[in-house]
Amino acid sequence: MNHSLRGSCAVAGIGLTDFGDLPGRSALENTAEAVHSALTDAGIHKSEVDALFTSNFPDTFAALHLAEYLGVQPHVLDDTNIGGAVYVSQLQHAAAAIQAGLCNVAVIAMGSNTRSKLKQQGIIDGPRELFPYEDEYRPKAPMNAYALAAARHMHQYGTTREHLAEIAVAARAWAQLNPRAIRRTPLSIAEVMAAPMVCDPLSAMDCCLIADAGAAVVLVSADRARDLPQSPVYLLGVGVATTHAGISQMPDLTVTASVESGKRAYDMAGLSAREVDVVSLYDAFTINTLLFLEDLGFCPKGEGGNFVSDGNIAPGGGLPVNTNGGGLSCVHPGMYGLMLIIEAVEQLRHAAGERQIPGAEIALCNGNGGHLSSQATAIFGTSSSL
Amino acid sequence: MTNQSQSHDQEQAKQPAQMDVGPEKKFRQYLSEGSFHLQRCDQCRQHVFYPRLLCPHCGSMQLTWVPASGRATVYSTSVPRSGGSSYNIALVDLEEGPRMMTRVVDVAPEDVTIGMPVTAFIGTIEPNGEPLVLFRPISGDDS
Repeated sequence: MNHSLRGSCAVAGIGLTDFGDLPGRSALENTAEAVHSALTDAGIHKSEVDALFTSNFPDTFAALHLAEYLGVQPHVLDDTNIGGAVYVSQLQHAAAAIQAGLCNVAVIAMGSNTRSKLKQQGIIDGPRELFPYEDEYRPKAPMNAYALAAARHMHQYGTTREHLAEIAVAARAWAQLNPRAIRRTPLSIAEVMAAPMVCDPLSAMDCCLIADAGAAVVLVSADRARDLPQSPVYLLGVGVATTHAGISQMPDLTVTASVESGKRAYDMAGLSAREVDVVSLYDAFTINTLLFLEDLGFCPKGEGGNFVSDGNIAPGGGLPVNTNGGGLSCVHPGMYGLMLIIEAVEQLRHAAGERQIPGAEIALCNGNGGHLSSQATAIFGTSSSL
Repeated sequence: MTNQSQSHDQEQAKQPAQMDVGPEKKFRQYLSEGSFHLQRCDQCRQHVFYPRLLCPHCGSMQLTWVPASGRATVYSTSVPRSGGSSYNIALVDLEEGPRMMTRVVDVAPEDVTIGMPVTAFIGTIEPNGEPLVLFRPISGDDS
């Protein structure tokens, strides 16, 4: 394992649009606003942007469209699509490109108008090519894949719907501390249990919300970051892994590729789960949080249900997880991964307001893509972690 | 220019006779004839589904079609619901090894359980639909 990327780059700027209903905005407009906001935060003019990373479902030429729109001519362009994990995986690409001298200022950005499009046109943005030998049975994508994983985890380990409800309730409790979060009304386990089933064993309250939003981060070398206005948030480790595309080809529905992406990130960072202060996991569905807690070593395999019980991942619990409220209660713009990075950065800048984890020095993000198909793990630290 | 377009025309003309039927089309042909076939790798002897040009286990291009036993066990199961209707979506482990998505039918969707033995048949999930591999529980009489 090459450890040379550890601490070589840092996030120097972050930018967000409003979340929720932005019916007058295109996806590209939301992306551009977030980029402008992130560059302003970083104190860098857009003329310095020489690497552009983006991705979304409907736009095949996403990087070209964004570069043209912003009026930049980057040396490095990347609009890989591996699902919502992509932006975390682009930290790996961007850090390697900066380290190799291919670029100096990398922007990772996304924007979506998925909620407005659904309301106005009845269309849910999704990948155009799904999974042959699965689609013909008309699974309810994408939650069907996650429902199958939840059912198997329940069968193998005795996980219950109440355990999953704990995850939804914890996310909501964090969202109540985040003024940007969309769903902030109190939520009880009983309410989650009583919600209509959408794909057994998952109910509507086990599923993320659908929102319009834009988000962007600016990544520069650690040396450059130290001369910029914000406290640098250093990238200590990053790892990417995949086991399958379609859920029928996943080797074990109770074990995700985050075992591998996590190991790669931990190895690069020289850290373990015990040293992580704050955790952001891609919670498109409640089962995700449970699987990733196990796979990333926060609890043994099969014990996720007990681990999340009694508010252990809620405010005041043993491990702060999805402190922004997550995809379940804060925001989910079709592909959520960039929001994980932004929450980690806010926590490590000690700028997370009421939801701030006191003294947070190490943050872990785990992005998920497709149907539990791709996993990308990143570990960030403050200057004390170098 | 003229030569090029002539040779292009000749290629076009030759195509139908020489058309190589890939594994995906071949699988669909078997289905339309009412049979469920898998591939087996000549090299590593493992069965392969879904149909491929190369073995995902060992990389060999030597795959042979074999009839599937049709016997399988439910690995996981779910009940998608919309507008008052519901159906079953399951993953089943074929006796030969591979796993596939399917629907288990002839039983209430929520009564399909993990570990349930099932057997394959070729059917459709809508009128005039394409033939698909579906499964039904193995009754006492079948087993």
